[in-house]
Amino acid sequence: MDEDLTKLPAAGPVPAMTKKDFTSDQMVRWCPGCGDFAILASVQKLLPAMGIPREKYVFVSGIGCSSRFPYYMNTYGMHSIHGRAPTLATGLKCARPDLQVWVITGDGDALSIGGNHLIHALRKNVDIKILLFNNKIYGLTKGQASPTSEFGKKTKSTPYGSIDHPINPLAIALASEATFVARAVDTDLPSLGEVLRRAALHKGSVFVEILQNCIVFNDGAWADASDKSLRSDALVNLSHGRPLVFGKDKNRGIRLAKGFTPEVVQFDAGKPPADLLVHDEKAPSPALAHLLAEMGHPPFPSPVGVFRDIERPVLHELMEGQIAQAKKSGTPDLQRLLTGTETWSVN
Amino acid sequence: MSATQTPSSAGKPSEKNVETVDSVTIRFAGDSGDGIQVTGMRFTTATALAGNDLSTLPDYPAEIRAPAGTLPGVSGFQIHFSSREVLTPGDAPDVLVAMNPAALKANVKDLKNGGILIANKDAFTAGNLAKVSYAKSPLEDGSLSSYRVIPVELSRLTQNALEGMNLSKVHADRCKNFFALGMMYWLYDRPMEPTMKWIEAKFKKTPEMVEANKKALMAGNAFAETAEIFSHHYTVKKAVIAPGVYRNITGNEATALGMVAAAQLSGLALWYGSYPITPASDILHELSKHKNFGVMTFQAEDEIAAIGSAIGASFGGKLAATGTSGPGVALKSEAIGLAVMTELPLVILDVQRGGPSTGLPTKTEQADLLQAMYGRNGECPVPIVAPATPGECFTMVIEAFRISVKYMTPVFFLSDGYLANGSEPWLIPDAAKLPRFAPSAPPAKENFQPYSRDEKTLARPWVAPGIPGYEHRLGGLEKADGSGNVSYDPDNHEHMVRLRQAKVNKVAQDIPPTPIMGPKKGKVLVVGWGGTYGAITAAVKNCQDKGLPVAAIHLRHLNPLPPDLGDILSQYETVVVPELNLGQLLKIIRAKYLVPAVGLNKVKGQPFKISEIEAGIESALKGRGENRDG
Repeated sequence: MDEDLTKLPAAGPVPAMTKKDFTSDQMVRWCPGCGDFAILASVQKLLPAMGIPREKYVFVSGIGCSSRFPYYMNTYGMHSIHGRAPTLATGLKCARPDLQVWVITGDGDALSIGGNHLIHALRKNVDIKILLFNNKIYGLTKGQASPTSEFGKKTKSTPYGSIDHPINPLAIALASEATFVARAVDTDLPSLGEVLRRAALHKGSVFVEILQNCIVFNDGAWADASDKSLRSDALVNLSHGRPLVFGKDKNRGIRLAKGFTPEVVQFDAGKPPADLLVHDEKAPSPALAHLLAEMGHPPFPSPVGVFRDIERPVLHELMEGQIAQAKKSGTPDLQRLLTGTETWSVN
Repeated sequence: MSATQTPSSAGKPSEKNVETVDSVTIRFAGDSGDGIQVTGMRFTTATALAGNDLSTLPDYPAEIRAPAGTLPGVSGFQIHFSSREVLTPGDAPDVLVAMNPAALKANVKDLKNGGILIANKDAFTAGNLAKVSYAKSPLEDGSLSSYRVIPVELSRLTQNALEGMNLSKVHADRCKNFFALGMMYWLYDRPMEPTMKWIEAKFKKTPEMVEANKKALMAGNAFAETAEIFSHHYTVKKAVIAPGVYRNITGNEATALGMVAAAQLSGLALWYGSYPITPASDILHELSKHKNFGVMTFQAEDEIAAIGSAIGASFGGKLAATGTSGPGVALKSEAIGLAVMTELPLVILDVQRGGPSTGLPTKTEQADLLQAMYGRNGECPVPIVAPATPGECFTMVIEAFRISVKYMTPVFFLSDGYLANGSEPWLIPDAAKLPRFAPSAPPAKENFQPYSRDEKTLARPWVAPGIPGYEHRLGGLEKADGSGNVSYDPDNHEHMVRLRQAKVNKVAQDIPPTPIMGPKKGKVLVVGWGGTYGAITAAVKNCQDKGLPVAAIHLRHLNPLPPDLGDILSQYETVVVPELNLGQLLKIIRAKYLVPAVGLNKVKGQPFKISEIEAGIESALKGRGENRDG
């Protein structure tokens, strides 16, 4: 069985599939109006277009509302334990490089109980796509402060306001040297779809923060980003090689003031100043991406899109390389291994 | 078996008398930087090549280099060798080689009365004596009068032997362990060539150290022969050992080799996820060397990631294992539950050490049995196997994998520090004759149900991702029987809890009849498990030699227990369970079979001495067996 599986092609002529082929027979049990629906639909819409057989996809999740995701995908899947999805995904991808492994996680799952695994999966450049649904609250346990909840946030567990400084998911991903780092908004379907498509195509560790609304316990947490009328002022779309321009009238931009400090500049639409900050997702240094990750609304627009997309050897290929190298230097001979180097005979 | 030096032939008329003895125990002790473990391992190899049966026990501190000359820094290595069968590393040494006052102080209480004490006189300086609170040198104050004390200026003699070599004093002094080893080779008539060859290979990058160590070894040998310190030397005749080709092997080596073999026997590639922890790390080190067998080793960021990666690889259709010690098992508990719920094959190696918490990292104990049995949330049964000797780690880890694949379940393999680091001669198995095992083929695609059952094993099918038409989701939520969909139905939950237990119980059908050493019924039955096998067997044989009505069994399968165990227990008046814990198997046996078994318990981080078990048996025979499980 083992050998046969790995011989299966990773891609090839695949019968045309539709969203329906990726939809399981299980009833979706998220609350009506949950931001997760839009993300699920986007993924189910994207995968049939990728030209990879359905049986090659595996969705791995931890615990939380977002982590129910694999049950709704008609692919292989594993709903694992709290925070540990990246560990299972790492073992699965390295043992079975022919598979496309996606991790679905949330702010509590990935950044609190599973923080350690997130860091290491990213720094090892495991070829997995991690989608973090960030709603700044614990939803499944009914409304406690999460690692991304804002300082002072009143929740069931913090009736006097949270006294914990929130964590910045993208800064963690960049510090962990993820090779693909992006952000999208659940309700902005075209740009969400594009980010997911780029994620699917990337070889290496993918980290996508999706700003997602929890309609029951933290409704409106991302109102500025999800409301179409506010979005153009609250967000700046990142585009490789293009200046950072935003606003309904495309008349504002970001440039670096003294040193490495960003500032917003106004200009006449269509006449951006020459010194606007130009996005470079391929920059070898993560410094620019870090600067963008630290920009938030207000007073800055929050960047969305691809922050970083670089190449580095992926873990499973490095592992395969060492095994191939070892096989060159010595054919496996179990008897010789068991015998070792120092033996004696008893007659 | 006694470890006494019994003169059995008169001295020969040579310059020095040769005395034949049948059993010797030697302990080397010194600073952890003194090369004690290397010295012990070289003596072991020479002894194996001399044809003796043997058993070894390294005893080293948790600190890599505790302050030189202090008690916490003392490292020891004991070897017991004989012309007869050897089952343990020996109770009390006949010879103690002490490289400094700390080594002397920490070990001399174990030396037999009249035993030989070889001490490095040069290390008995005022400073070193003060470090271990000796007011005067014990070599001179008469306090060691019950031993044959042989002070040797090891440092000075080694320096002299290496004169003209242009070595720094520090480098020259590092060779003194080989000088001491050379002395021991003469004293016990061991061949020097294997060590010479080993030195050449080990130090090939520094030719001056090859020469220096060889010179020191030969000088020590010559010194022992010519100096007027030993009146005679000893020879130990070859033991009667089953014919075949042997090597020396530690439990951790045997475990790693067994894992590579299991992968070959099953046709599945091996995945080993692990996080460094004493005393299990050597398994990771060993497996990492064998990538040419397609072995995938993964040093994870923590214990949970180690098992998580293994569960992921198992889901992917590979032969997966994770290895650790007790504290690591505690961290893996939730993930073991996931493997139970998802019914994926997985082997969890637990090389037990002294606990609780960080406990005694380098010392042995058997106190994780109940953790392996019950240490998880919910009703979460996991089969458990335990090897009895270092060499048996090989066969039992293969057995663990076989069970895990056949029954689709995680399986515990309980080794311990004593087995892991202890070594014994190992009859090298014929690889072609090892039993093969393979996962069953995927069922028909039509109406595929991931939680359907094999009638004989109650195992569910193992279908890894990548095969079209079998797409399914696993997870930690309760599964509906058959479909594997999430189910909160009360009746389904009880059904599944009972089903998972019934599946583990089914493993009993594979357990062979339990061999009984001694009478099939009678007064006392000793029931052991794990690394206490050697001491228990030796003690029971000694008692039987004395004509005492004692029998013994040793359990390799601890969950489920052998199906014949209840009947066996019922044939004896008293059941004694020796364990290096406060009575964990004892509790299980008393609860399951309702027999008034008694415990014989020790938790010192040290293995049983044969004499301790003999005393326990004799006490039980007198009706004074007490249940000391608290």
